[in-house]
Amino acid sequence: MSEIVCTECGAELRLDDDVIQNEILPCPDCGVELEVMSLNPFQVALAPEVEEDWGE
Amino acid sequence: MMRVAMIITRARAEEKLLLKAFQRRGIEPELIRDEELVLNPLAIDPRWSEFDIVFLRTLSTSRGLYLLEYFDRWEVPTVNSLRTANICADKFKTSLALARAGLPQPEVRLAFTPRSTLEAVGELGYPAVLKPLVGSWGRLLAKVNDVDAAEAVLEHRQTLGNFAYHVHFVQSYVDKPHGRDIRAFVIAGQTICAIYRSSSHWVTSTARGALAENCPVGAELQDLCQRASDAVGGGVLAMDLFETEEGLVLNEINHGMEFRNSIEPTGVDIAIKVVDYALSLAEQHRQDGSEQT
Ligand SMILES: Nc1ncnc2c1ncn2[C@@H]1O[C@H](COP(=O)(O)OP(=O)(O)O)[C@@H](O)[C@H]1O
Ligand SMILES: [Mg+2]
Ligand SMILES: [Zn+2]
Repeated sequence: MSEIVCTECGAELRLDDDVIQNEILPCPDCGVELEVMSLNPFQVALAPEVEEDWGE
Repeated sequence: MMRVAMIITRARAEEKLLLKAFQRRGIEPELIRDEELVLNPLAIDPRWSEFDIVFLRTLSTSRGLYLLEYFDRWEVPTVNSLRTANICADKFKTSLALARAGLPQPEVRLAFTPRSTLEAVGELGYPAVLKPLVGSWGRLLAKVNDVDAAEAVLEHRQTLGNFAYHVHFVQSYVDKPHGRDIRAFVIAGQTICAIYRSSSHWVTSTARGALAENCPVGAELQDLCQRASDAVGGGVLAMDLFETEEGLVLNEINHGMEFRNSIEPTGVDIAIKVVDYALSLAEQHRQDGSEQT
């Protein structure tokens, strides 16, 4: 279990052990979507905007 | 040991579930981000020949389609196939494939200008539904109850810069009993489970918060989905259906299924079934390869 800080609002997020690269983590405080950019060292960034052809 | 590549745009809940399902089968797929890829049509990147199967899980429809064109050119086996994705990515192509197979669907029209579209909607009758040809998650769906609303939506569509929104796909509105539709999960023609999706809103996508409940898979559903699967080229498919007085009709078919909300209500381990199917294709490809050499 590790912790990171939301790049948008500074909230602390606790992470599950099975977190993977490029996973999207919604911030429980501000609702922004964070993307896991690297696992070691642990880094997140704002996830890219959903594009018009994204979906199922 | 099977070598599996999974191409993703982002790792959604589904990609994590699939990854874990592969691991349960003793396989560690290589996760590849579509953002990193550069495709050269003249020569295949040797990395791709390392894999027994390439599993496309891109969120981006256009990236997925170009990747499939590329893999098809180099005979790299994929889930889903290029043919299936090409049909399912486009609601009019899907409609044509279903029509060719004689399968029930709502009335559909395609038109190229606001004026001809208004005429077509007038003939179909109100309410009607205007949808982007390529789209998902209920994005830009418009239920138009009268000609004034249709005019307004079409005018707005025309001002959207993207040319794709200037081809107008219209469907007759289906009054869904109990405010629900059916989402069936179909693998190689077999409906492995289905859910009812209900909402007080006319758009019953779980991505929009609709409630998911188990839908028993009866003979009618199983048979229709089997034939729809054949019509679009098979593979791993999520089918949206409406209940009508004349029986089930097919609304659309998705080739990049999301299923996170459907495991619990159905009690079916969807991820492992998808993974086993992908592995069976990989196995088949290996055998075909060794027969040739
Ligand atoms: N013709 C229609 N009549 C009634 N409801 C519709 C119709 N078309 C779409 N819907 C509702 O909107 C939802 C999303 O539509 P769909 O065609 O599946 O588009 P998307 O690709 O965005 O999922 C459907 O699940 C259904 O609840
Ligand atoms: Mg749908
Ligand atoms: Zn935050």
